[in-house]
Amino acid sequence: MKEYSALALLRNAFSGNRDWKPAWRKPDPKPQYDVVIVGGGGHGLATAHYLASEHGITDVAVVEKGWLGGGNVGRNTTIIRSNYLLPANTGFYEHSMKLWETLSHELNYNVMFSQRGILNLAHTPGQADDYIRRGNAMRHDGIDAVWMNPAEIARKVPGLDVSAKARFPIVGGLMQPRAGTARHDAVAWGYARAADRRGVDMLENCEVTGFLRDGDRIVGVTTTRGEIRAKKVAVAVAGSTGRVMKLAGIDRLPIESHVLQAFVSESLKPAIDTVVTFGGGHLYVSQSDKGGLVFGGDIDGYNSYAQRGNLPVVEEVMSEMAALFPGWAGVRLLRSWGGIMDMSMDGSPIITAGPLPGLYLNTGWCYGGFKATPASGWCFAWTIARDEPHPLNAAFTLERFHRGAVIDEKGQGATPRLH
Amino acid sequence: MLITCPCCGPRDVAEFTYQGDASRSRPDPASTDQAAWNAYVYDRVNTAGAHREYWQHSGGCRSHLVVLRSTLTHRIDSVRFARDEADGARRRSGSPA
Amino acid sequence: MSPRRTASGGRIDRSRSISFRFDGKRYAGHPGDTLASALLANGVSLFARSFKYHRPRGVIAAGVDEPNALVTVLRGEVREPNLPATQVEIVDGLVAESQNRFPSLERDVGALNQLGGRLFSAGFYYKTFMGPVAGPLKGTRFWMACEAVIRRAAGLGRAGHAPDTARYEKMNAFCDVLVVGGGPAGLAAALAAARSGRRVVLADLDPAFGGALKWSGELLDGEPAAGWVAETISALAAMDNVRLLPRTTVWGYYDGNTLAALERVGDHLRDPGKGAPRHRHWVIRAGHVVLATGAFERPMVFPGNDRPGVMLASAAGRYAAEYGVLPAERFVVFANNDSAYAAAARLREAGATVAAIVDVRPDVSAGARALAARAGGELLLGHAVADTSGGRRLTGVALRRFDAATKTLSGEPRRIEADGLAVSGGWSPAIHLASQAGAKARWDETLQAFLPPQPDAGWSGAGAFLGHASTTAAFADGLAAVAALDGSLSDAVDLPASDAPDLDAAPAPVFEIRAADGRGSKAFVDFQHDVTAEDVRLAHREGFVSVEHLKRYTTLGMATDQGKTSNVAGLAIMADARGMAIDDVGTTRFRPPFAPVSIGALAAERFGELKPDRLTPLHDWHVEQGATMYAAGLWHRPMIYGHPGETVEQACVREARAVRDSVGIVDVSTLGKIMVQGPDAAAFLDRVYTNLFSTLPVGKARYGLMLREDGFAFDDGTTWRLAETEFLMTTTTANAGRVMQHLEYMLDVVWPDLKVILTSVTDEWAGAAISGPKARAVLSACVAGTAVDNDALPFMGIVHGAIGGAPVMICRLSFSGELAYEVYCGAGHGSQVWDALMAAGQPFGIVPYGLEALGTLRIEKGHVTGAEIDGRTTARDLHLSWMLSKKKPFVGSAMMDREGLVAEDRLQLVGLVSLDGQALNGGAHVVEHGDRTLSGSIGHVTSVCFSPALGKYIALALVRGGKTRHGSRAFISDPLRGRFGPVAIVSHHFFDPEGSRMHG
Repeated sequence: MKEYSALALLRNAFSGNRDWKPAWRKPDPKPQYDVVIVGGGGHGLATAHYLASEHGITDVAVVEKGWLGGGNVGRNTTIIRSNYLLPANTGFYEHSMKLWETLSHELNYNVMFSQRGILNLAHTPGQADDYIRRGNAMRHDGIDAVWMNPAEIARKVPGLDVSAKARFPIVGGLMQPRAGTARHDAVAWGYARAADRRGVDMLENCEVTGFLRDGDRIVGVTTTRGEIRAKKVAVAVAGSTGRVMKLAGIDRLPIESHVLQAFVSESLKPAIDTVVTFGGGHLYVSQSDKGGLVFGGDIDGYNSYAQRGNLPVVEEVMSEMAALFPGWAGVRLLRSWGGIMDMSMDGSPIITAGPLPGLYLNTGWCYGGFKATPASGWCFAWTIARDEPHPLNAAFTLERFHRGAVIDEKGQGATPRLH
Repeated sequence: MLITCPCCGPRDVAEFTYQGDASRSRPDPASTDQAAWNAYVYDRVNTAGAHREYWQHSGGCRSHLVVLRSTLTHRIDSVRFARDEADGARRRSGSPA
Repeated sequence: MSPRRTASGGRIDRSRSISFRFDGKRYAGHPGDTLASALLANGVSLFARSFKYHRPRGVIAAGVDEPNALVTVLRGEVREPNLPATQVEIVDGLVAESQNRFPSLERDVGALNQLGGRLFSAGFYYKTFMGPVAGPLKGTRFWMACEAVIRRAAGLGRAGHAPDTARYEKMNAFCDVLVVGGGPAGLAAALAAARSGRRVVLADLDPAFGGALKWSGELLDGEPAAGWVAETISALAAMDNVRLLPRTTVWGYYDGNTLAALERVGDHLRDPGKGAPRHRHWVIRAGHVVLATGAFERPMVFPGNDRPGVMLASAAGRYAAEYGVLPAERFVVFANNDSAYAAAARLREAGATVAAIVDVRPDVSAGARALAARAGGELLLGHAVADTSGGRRLTGVALRRFDAATKTLSGEPRRIEADGLAVSGGWSPAIHLASQAGAKARWDETLQAFLPPQPDAGWSGAGAFLGHASTTAAFADGLAAVAALDGSLSDAVDLPASDAPDLDAAPAPVFEIRAADGRGSKAFVDFQHDVTAEDVRLAHREGFVSVEHLKRYTTLGMATDQGKTSNVAGLAIMADARGMAIDDVGTTRFRPPFAPVSIGALAAERFGELKPDRLTPLHDWHVEQGATMYAAGLWHRPMIYGHPGETVEQACVREARAVRDSVGIVDVSTLGKIMVQGPDAAAFLDRVYTNLFSTLPVGKARYGLMLREDGFAFDDGTTWRLAETEFLMTTTTANAGRVMQHLEYMLDVVWPDLKVILTSVTDEWAGAAISGPKARAVLSACVAGTAVDNDALPFMGIVHGAIGGAPVMICRLSFSGELAYEVYCGAGHGSQVWDALMAAGQPFGIVPYGLEALGTLRIEKGHVTGAEIDGRTTARDLHLSWMLSKKKPFVGSAMMDREGLVAEDRLQLVGLVSLDGQALNGGAHVVEHGDRTLSGSIGHVTSVCFSPALGKYIALALVRGGKTRHGSRAFISDPLRGRFGPVAIVSHHFFDPEGSRMHG
């Protein structure tokens, strides 16, 4: 298939754009693959790509019950960052950041990674110390982080209420300049197209209805498009983890599925040039290239598979927006939607072989899975290909909870709604 | 979402705090069955469908309630005081269930 | 003069004139006009520039579905972007401006984008702008340079920075029946529900109720329909059980029949009145919802369908009939259904010329023919508009023969001059709210529309929402929706008969007129986002064929109108490309809001007052004394009581030194306080604390530690045994709520057999801690009714007495390490007791101290707070293992010995002493090497102070290896603040480790 480039665009413009080919094939399922990946979201597609590109495993199918990229990869607020505190997280997310930085080239697909920075606003000296601790942890792990004072913040983010009269006055902010945003759909499509070009089959409208077993071992899946056998079955279904793993007989996991709402405003001329988070509550906001303010807050806080949330969170998020940017009270909310988050018991993910032979599990992304997409796919591919974790995901085990080796960035314990 | 508190009547979800999976059972306090403790603290049934869960009417009477709610539609089928639930009442502190 | 205003008719008040500005130019209109109708009346045809190609655009709709004519309204410096001109009611002094153009709407350099035409096809940006793989523009740099340009070109209106000065408000409402939409169906439902005694809320997004009846001109029982509407509304308004909400958009359908609505209270008023909100956010909890939300007319997709002057037929008719405005002088009407014929007649009656009615169908109903005769002009059946001409205003249309069965054009084009083209491509019921409620729409082949699904128990539908276009059917639906609630038809409602002609409701299944050779002007599907029919076909070619892929790849339906005019045509073109039926292609789920809602309205009263302030009973005193206040959660607490010229550190040192040398007083009212009462109170505390409380004698207090269920440290505090069955528990300020919730959970869920009552009393008590060698002397000087000497009030003892005439409870306990007492009294007595303590302390030089000094004193003692009990540390990490009772199980005891919690390499509490005489900072890391390289963190600093007692900068820190490092040297590394320096690692007990001072 043809490479995408400015030249290709020009050529096709002259031929009336009639020669473009599908971004990925729509093949029928084969009876058997080396690896079947359940879940055609960002992580599943990235896993397929890296299995093919890094490990030469191309006899792979991605089975997706709906359309590719229809889950959280197409529903998130597109923030990419590696500003974590705990060592198990900093290494992993920084690896992801490095993959992001060359991803458009690697995929020959512009994922529009815009390194416009993320600014975490701190509102009390104690919070500032917490953020600085995190920033210092980043710097000691080779990750960029700077501290900004209120005057610098006011220059960087016009319209922000930096006054002392604010209910939660801004005392400073932690900036990661290399952080930013990307076009979420493009990430799914780019990985799908790249994996497809290496021979991976994208099987859309193909819902897994059960697992094939040989004794304890998982040897394939049954789907709405027939039985598919596989040497290895990898599950990367985020909020649907509970549902899919029940089909494999795993009834309980350290995961709760919660609904998170996201919001976009009407399109505006450039209004904010970085990603800003509010520490006086819970809000994150950036602006898409089309001009919509893209923002969100807390999860609704109850188990849900409904992809719809309720009003209290809407009101809270809007209140925080209006408090932070009092000039935007007249800006209008255009659309809200919900995604189902795989909230883990410590707020950190799981990338592991198991819990059954032949089965591999990738879950627990809470509401930060988008930024992890490249590293998650990269590490999961490694784990599937080699049957052992890469050092970057060695801590993201399933049994860490029982051992007490939790990776708890927020220190909230086993209460998923608080992570 | 409205939850009909048995004490206060139908109230908005904003008045309640979610307290999670009500299908877990806490081991006897003196139990040394580590696997049972681990399961109680960390493992969740995470049902897609009718889910038994605790809510506290934190902005009202502060009772804990056992709510049977669909996680697919958010429809609520029953609300009872947690204290009245057979499971909770049966469990005597310091004595085996 | 208004060149396009009709001589008479319409619902505008011609007796009054309103002056407003658009793009700096002054115009006049009448009360009842929208900005769109007033500008049209003034002959304005160019309203806006489109998103991508910056094409000139006019207004195409008359309501909330308008995709083109978006404006920014200015209220002084405050900007409100992207308002459809069709929704802005004009008011004297209104200032509005057009958007997305530079330097002006007339001459917009962005229009050069049109030259890029096919280059800027759907998704083009995914295929380019990646830049070089190597060199200075590698990585993301090249893209970001392109992005900067793209961002400036994209976007519609501009948001302002000036804080909005308007007020917003929230209202909760409860009703038996919420009727959404005040057209004939909604009015019938509201009447029926109201007459049956139900509490009714009737909401409509227009300024006036009645829907099309306001202006359709049809007769009800021989009288003008508008008269019946007026009578009905006044009847409803007179009923106590009815609330009418005009200008109210019901935009969200949430769980439990909770609906959200936005009422535009003040936008249409020049002076809304003092304190009146601009918008009101309604949360309506409805027993039942009747959705009578009507339907949106769809445009047709054909080459050149976006020129200013092309508009929806119903909108053109409505401008003429409701606003007395002719959007153009000479119209061509282009339709695939009968409804446009009524609009044609309406335009003719208002004074416009209808040059031709062009219909893709080979034949039409008798009713339509009769209307065509009234409209005048040619009736061209089996024809279609094949192209249009004109720049900033339509000048003519090209017609060709059209075969609706094969959807092909034939014959030579024929040009008709026209400055207006009224288009109707059929109707789409406004099913948004039903879709939000969770239901999936179904395709109706006859009506060529997505109809609402079967209603659930919470809602029913009526009128055009169900695809029933006539007033007669709408009336019947409205009554039926209410009758179904209790199974009986109300005979209390007698509705009039309509004279409207019978029209064929079924449109021809034609959505697009496509030139066989693909030449001619662009044919737009989504006007605002410039998505063309070719873009949809490109998406198909590239495999983006599922509805969601189509939407996301082309941005179809993602504009501010959320596809109200474009979704169905887009689907139809995709269905055609795939060779499938429309319902097999699918439909997308509608999401809230139905129409855009201002962020300020949803913030409501919380705009300007995000969170409540928690103030202690002594707050005013602190402020009067010049305290610098500090936000701690919702609380405001004194940080220091600074003297003029003092730095924070100087004030803190002065205050702390006073405590060590003499006596100080601090407000501790914010500590969480929980009464634990009942016969099982002591047993309960034994289970939730790591240490024993059942052995605590009455009249004594004990320091307690709680763990979480997972075995990590949770909270600490002292608990006082006031009586055999009564304890007063204190918690940290930050954790008060969570501890209470935790205890309640354990009692309700885990140990319901325990007879214990918990009461949060944090706000009932004011508290002051008196600390320092002279503390006892101060108390002796002011306490009545009890002795406070060492025998009467030993360490951890409790006594009751009175200070300043108010009853108090005093416990001798110490956070500072000095001889110290906590004095509690009723919150209402707080300042009385505080004043008495201050007066008694004056001879001893009592000094009020704030959080900084409080922190300094506890750091010197090595006491931990939230900075150390951070949710990741264990009791052992904090050297509190002595508090872990081995005699009983407690919450967390089964989990606290797991391998991860007892690992050797955990971070443990130590003390640090600065060796370079420079201050230490919280959040700095600790490293072993002194060469400033950024690596190898072994821990971090949690709490810092200058210790007056030691004369050094000290800190508490969590460091790997903890105690084993005592006596060793390390470095603090704080690259974010540019600090690096040597420290000694020591015990966290810096000062008086034996505790001799507090026992003194």
